[in-house]
Amino acid sequence: MIATHYIYWLIIVLMMSGLYIVLSHGHLLKKLIGLNVFQAAVFLLYVSFGKVAGGTAPIVAPGIETYSHPLPAVLVLTAIVVGMATTSLGLALAVRIFREYGTLEEDEAIVAEASEHTAA
Amino acid sequence: MTSEIELISLVLFAILVVTAIGITRLRGLYGAVMLAALFSLVIACLFVVLDAVDVAFTEAAVGAGISTVLMLTVLALTRAREAVTPRRRLWPAGIGSVLTGGLLIYGSQDLPAFGARDSPVQRHPITEAYLLESQNDIGVPNTVTSVLASYRGYDTFGELAVIFTAGTAVLLLLSYVPRHDPDFERRKLLLADYRILRVVSKILFPFIFLFALYVQFHGDYGPGGGFQAGVIFASGFVLYGLVFGIDNARRVVPRWLLRVLISSGLLLYGGVGLTSMLLGGTFLDYDALSPSHPVMGQHVGILLVELGVGITVAGVMTAIFFVFADRRVLQ
Amino acid sequence: MTAPSLVGSAGGVLVLVGALVTLSGGVGLLRMPDFYSRVHAAGLTDTAGVGLIALGLILRAPDWGVVVRLLFILLFLLLTSPTATHALAQAARRDGVRVWTDGEPRR
Repeated sequence: MIATHYIYWLIIVLMMSGLYIVLSHGHLLKKLIGLNVFQAAVFLLYVSFGKVAGGTAPIVAPGIETYSHPLPAVLVLTAIVVGMATTSLGLALAVRIFREYGTLEEDEAIVAEASEHTAA
Repeated sequence: MTSEIELISLVLFAILVVTAIGITRLRGLYGAVMLAALFSLVIACLFVVLDAVDVAFTEAAVGAGISTVLMLTVLALTRAREAVTPRRRLWPAGIGSVLTGGLLIYGSQDLPAFGARDSPVQRHPITEAYLLESQNDIGVPNTVTSVLASYRGYDTFGELAVIFTAGTAVLLLLSYVPRHDPDFERRKLLLADYRILRVVSKILFPFIFLFALYVQFHGDYGPGGGFQAGVIFASGFVLYGLVFGIDNARRVVPRWLLRVLISSGLLLYGGVGLTSMLLGGTFLDYDALSPSHPVMGQHVGILLVELGVGITVAGVMTAIFFVFADRRVLQ
Repeated sequence: MTAPSLVGSAGGVLVLVGALVTLSGGVGLLRMPDFYSRVHAAGLTDTAGVGLIALGLILRAPDWGVVVRLLFILLFLLLTSPTATHALAQAARRDGVRVWTDGEPRR
């Protein structure tokens, strides 16, 4: 079990470190970084399913018999660029939040909004 | 799986874990962003070890390139130091992640052994189709490209639409800049004062764009394609904006041009799909583009579709960077 | 020993030396007292370390296509790494980072 599955476990450890950063930190940019770490680890898990022992990259060439599976690579390839686009959307929201409340700390922003409501 | 590859991946995993710990411990966010870039780069190395060269290429260009620059720009716009994380947040977060991780590890026991040849993924008939039949049907050596642009072209169309939407949303959120707000002061990017930087980057621009074109059109035969090429194009413009200032970069790639590029790439992709429908095939069925010689049709279809992807990705990434860099710093 | 394997082992030696230079750069990055000397150590890994490794790999390349690609990589590294080091040092100078003198505590 250990010899055949430890790669998955290492990937899960990485994933959880990303989740921990998202959950524990209050700074929105740090949360986005954690989300990116989490996301990269998920991509790694996907790609690891396609790997074949002794295989090469799925670019067909004469004399090569074993190829790793191309489908996980395709899915992850597009997902990386989409992930980048959505991250920048998150960054744009963070910039607007900073403009509104003068802070990127989640707790301070919530307090600022609450006091705004009581004032109104 | 040979032992050298195992050793390499173990070392890379060790670096990744240390980097992740560093990210959560650093309170200076510039350092954390640089560590996140390192994380992406090491992940890209792992993708190479796992035989996904196209993915590694994309991850290196996106994670260590554009993403880092964007985060640094946002840091310059906001506060670059994090408050001390209160202890009451640490414990629930730690317990939550350990529990989730334990569950996932427990679940991973049902997965097939890593690298097994007889796993369901490898035995599925579609594997044979992608790797062998694609050579007769499409005739493109890089099966990642043929799956991306042809077999799963509809899926990729959706992904491109997501990128388009996200880019449009960022532009909507940030394009409004109050011109006469006294709180804001024009940010001065003075990198052009560094003569060495200016000269070297001037030498490099043609090569960056040439390389992007190579990646764009060589994607059929080697790692590459529209997504990677788009990101490399965008990083060329980002470098220009960083060194010569955003106003000069705007003069090279004006706002209207970016808007046209962003939408025309997606339109080109959809247009190829509609054309194949008009010619009697189904949506994005490139065989219909050249009925007498289907492989030719596939080649033309993949070329056009990848071009559309490249144009939209380059446009969206460049526009996002420009709109972030255009904002003024709160003094 | 035949000629190709001699070239191959020369390439191996170059890669090894490059790795050692990179290691010394890493040690320098941790041990040097201030920013400017650390930039010096980092510049070492960028140029000498990577340059030697690329040269070694050229000697071990399986065909000419790989050699040409490695040469391009080497060329661009030689162009960009010193520029990056220069920009780093320049930025630190503009930011007012002072040079470390003997006897001061490490920064």
